[in-house]
Amino acid sequence: MILLWQLFVSYLKIGFFGFGGGYAMLSLIQNEVVVQHAWMTNAEFADIVAISQITPGPIAINSATYVGYTVGLQTGHTWCGLLGSAIATLAVCAPSLTLMILVARFFMKLKGNRLVEGAMRGMRPVVIGMIAAAALLLIFPHTHAPGEDNFIDSWSWILFGGVLIGSWRKVNPILLIVLSALAGIGIYYFPTLI
Amino acid sequence: MNETRHPQLQLFWSFFRIGLFTFGGGYAMIPLIQREVIDRTGWIRREEFLDLLTLAQSVPGPIAVNTSVFVGYKLHGFRGAVAALCGTVLPSFAIILLIALFFAGFRQNPVVDAAFKGMRPAVVALIIGPVISLARGMHWSMFVIIIATALAIWGLGWSPIYILAAAAIAGITWELSIAPKAEKRKKGPNA
Repeated sequence: MILLWQLFVSYLKIGFFGFGGGYAMLSLIQNEVVVQHAWMTNAEFADIVAISQITPGPIAINSATYVGYTVGLQTGHTWCGLLGSAIATLAVCAPSLTLMILVARFFMKLKGNRLVEGAMRGMRPVVIGMIAAAALLLIFPHTHAPGEDNFIDSWSWILFGGVLIGSWRKVNPILLIVLSALAGIGIYYFPTLI
Repeated sequence: MNETRHPQLQLFWSFFRIGLFTFGGGYAMIPLIQREVIDRTGWIRREEFLDLLTLAQSVPGPIAVNTSVFVGYKLHGFRGAVAALCGTVLPSFAIILLIALFFAGFRQNPVVDAAFKGMRPAVVALIIGPVISLARGMHWSMFVIIIATALAIWGLGWSPIYILAAAAIAGITWELSIAPKAEKRKKGPNA
């Protein structure tokens, strides 16, 4: 029960402070889920981001559903997993729902509001820094669990460089993820067969 | 606008389609939302849509979720907002739940494990991409803030929430106290 409550509060926080959408929310999610509560490892977090890239929908929702399920499962049955995923997904949407309805009611007042504009301007560089922090933490984690590092050998860095160039050249991210998955199978699975 | 018997259901289906067919989230959803709420249904006027996007970005939460809540509320009040929200969320919720249900066993599979070993560094590269493109063209003082934020969160383990709150307060203070004076001195946009 306490775990499910913590889950609810964590995702409520993520929803409430998730300015800048998608990638910016990664740092918040990572901070709550990996750093604060250790509900998943750094590698699992990277995996859920990868899954989010190749499945439809916002990353925040995808991660809420997945993390909710795994955390719920820690409290008991499959049903607890389902309950956990529902709780986390509701929690991450609740601030959006409330705030956006408030905005819709007072639409004209908020538009061009100096307070909102000032806050947005102040948060813009911080949001970029948060995205960078999420990436840094994925590359250089604070703790090392065996088999749970994201960068394991020089192939990792070659793939990293290739995808970085690809995303810079505006190659479709889904294609990049699928290609790197195939490369991963080629590099790590087939040599063990020979 | 012709009223159907179940306007909420229609909203739900529209946003269900949007949720189902947008990969990569966030900005990738915008063209699809545009097609659905402007071109196909005429729920929102084109000029309104740009304002809506700005608002959706100034409110926390995923842009797709914010947009759907706004459109739903504008058309059919609170029920409309909930219907549109459910439509957006349900496809990703169902798909991820299916993956989660079977993924625990999946991950032990050597082929899947190898695939994920390849995807992990790729994910990091995809996250770094927008950092570079967003930061380009900014004033050098902004780079200091970007780097300081990244180091504080990653190195010192500060919570991003406090940094965000501090930045919002600093931005408001600047906007209210310093910006008017600076504008007087030189006309033009600030960095």
